[in-house]
Amino acid sequence: MRFADGAWHRLHPATPLLRGGLAFVAIAGFVIANLRERLVDFFFRVPQFGDDPIDEIVNHGFVGWALLGVLGVLLAIIAVFTVSWRMHTFRITDDLVEVRSGILLRTHRRARLDRIQGVSISRNLLARIFGAAKLDITVAGNDANVQLAYLGSAATDELRREILTLASGARREATEPVALDQDGAEHPDASASTGARLGGLVNRRVGEFLAPELDPDAAPPESVVRIPLLRLIGSVVLTGFTVVLVMFIIAIAIGLSQGEFWPVLVVLPVILGGGSFYIRRVSRQLRYTIAGTPDGVRVGYGLLSTNNDTLPPGRIHAIGVDQPLLWRPFGWWRVRVNTAGHASRDRQNRENTTVLPVGNGADVRAVLGLILPSFTDAEAQGIIESGMVSRGGDDGFTNAPRRAAWLRPFSWRRTGFREHGSIVLLRRGVLSRDLVVVPLARLQSVALEQGPVHRMLRLASVRMQTVSGPVAAALEVVPADTALALYRRTAADAVEWASVDTSHHWGAS
Amino acid sequence: MPDDETIPTVGPERRLQLDDVEWRRVSPKYLVVAIVGRIVSAVVIGAAAVFLWLVAGWGWIPWVLPVIGVGFLIAIIIEPRRVRSIGYALRADDLVFRRGIMFQRFVAVPYGRMQLVDITRGPVSRVLGLADLRLVTAAAASGVAIPGLPEADAEDLRDRLVSLAETRRAGL
Repeated sequence: MRFADGAWHRLHPATPLLRGGLAFVAIAGFVIANLRERLVDFFFRVPQFGDDPIDEIVNHGFVGWALLGVLGVLLAIIAVFTVSWRMHTFRITDDLVEVRSGILLRTHRRARLDRIQGVSISRNLLARIFGAAKLDITVAGNDANVQLAYLGSAATDELRREILTLASGARREATEPVALDQDGAEHPDASASTGARLGGLVNRRVGEFLAPELDPDAAPPESVVRIPLLRLIGSVVLTGFTVVLVMFIIAIAIGLSQGEFWPVLVVLPVILGGGSFYIRRVSRQLRYTIAGTPDGVRVGYGLLSTNNDTLPPGRIHAIGVDQPLLWRPFGWWRVRVNTAGHASRDRQNRENTTVLPVGNGADVRAVLGLILPSFTDAEAQGIIESGMVSRGGDDGFTNAPRRAAWLRPFSWRRTGFREHGSIVLLRRGVLSRDLVVVPLARLQSVALEQGPVHRMLRLASVRMQTVSGPVAAALEVVPADTALALYRRTAADAVEWASVDTSHHWGAS
Repeated sequence: MPDDETIPTVGPERRLQLDDVEWRRVSPKYLVVAIVGRIVSAVVIGAAAVFLWLVAGWGWIPWVLPVIGVGFLIAIIIEPRRVRSIGYALRADDLVFRRGIMFQRFVAVPYGRMQLVDITRGPVSRVLGLADLRLVTAAAASGVAIPGLPEADAEDLRDRLVSLAETRRAGL
């Protein structure tokens, strides 16, 4: 079945259960189990004879009423969930995605497909067992996401492909509807053939569950970057948090040697919390893959709950490649991006801005090549290389002058910028190194600033202002003349590249 | 890239200058708005200080009050220069804005990047027939606020910017 046919569709029938129905039932069961005696006391107001409540009900001839009450509550819950499910419909037309939901408070949300900033599919453990998936369409703006939870798992992948095809500006191809073997919503003939069908269903579920997170057909294998498990664990352990933890442990050891035991009580929760922090971080990034697909960069991760985000071309506003000091002996780097969708503020999608949690130099080059396909030739490789590891000097970057050492005593040699076609690279930091790549076609504005100290040193700072995110594209110590020239050129180039840039309509011919 | 020395850029007093831009100044009447704002904040801070001195009994307040007073006096004295330093210009493809003497700031916003143009009027501005114009882009940091425009100018400028933004819209 195709969802993107302009007609209204419903979500997966198991949606109410997956969206918290199970939790509700579990909580209600827990409460009732715990409060049974009190509830009985409250409802029947009978003195305690020491008998079982069931006996009391039987004795008083309430069996029918009690059963009826329980049945009524259950029916009401099911009815509300069913009505809510029936009222929750969506449709995808050639240029819009619309969702209608709510029973009393109706909401109707529309998003233009050409404004889509990303499509994310997540499947938590329960949803995977039911063969369902949640589709999040990220649109620019706060709380502007369109969420379709839940859909049939296979149909979701197909739907994402269709949405991205429509968003790419390509015309909808007039092909036959693909007869997908799916188990999505609106499947009337569920009772067709019982035994074989059930067996097939179970087989398919198990197959889906065990399948690699990234469909091998979705991307050419040479474009896929993965993270070895040991490196992932190492990268999570080697953070500032660990340093603090080690200091705490040393403090405890000293305290114990002095015969003081109270620090243990204070710090034990911290250590336990730390352990769960590590496990959460590692498990979230397990089975990480990043791959180039025709419709954008696809980042997937997760072992039990899987998640994958597709960032269509032309949606990335700034790229930050950085190396914390502790990672330096291993040559590991991290790549983060600024995108216009604010899914980064979402609790579950917190890691959305990190496209490479940890990787070596080759991985970084591969990821940058996926994000900036026009920036992969040999010269670009050299620029990235020197941007990442060069110590400064005459390496193609315009670096800060010696007088900048007053403000950047260690890193001034390496603090500089380089322009290359439609891209500006900013390089900073010598202990924890940092490279920022800004595509000029996405630049929102450019600012030039100078305070009194800068003026004394004939320096200025240049800020490339992009949409908000973890990457700040600012260079603090630039010679004033150079900064002015850079400001002028960037302001002009940003307009020019934005006018010729068509990457956000990558499918239009 | 070598330094672009061909453009005369840094002015005689080491100040950043964009020589080829014809800056448009804000209304001189905006000086009144700025000074009234200073006086109001001086009165509020002074009242809070006196309150802390007399009621809460902070004995060192009388020593600090003159410092605050002198600070505000200096701020009011240099206010005319600060107001004169505010400028904007509509170039072919972008709007440039500048302000500040000690802390200079230049911003260039391409027309195609403007998401929103906003006009606000404070109480003092309204009495003087002035309005503030605010430009919003998708980047939170690039917010440009041009204060002290005559109301008619502000509305003209807004309409002009909106139509420019419309013709040059370039995605996000």
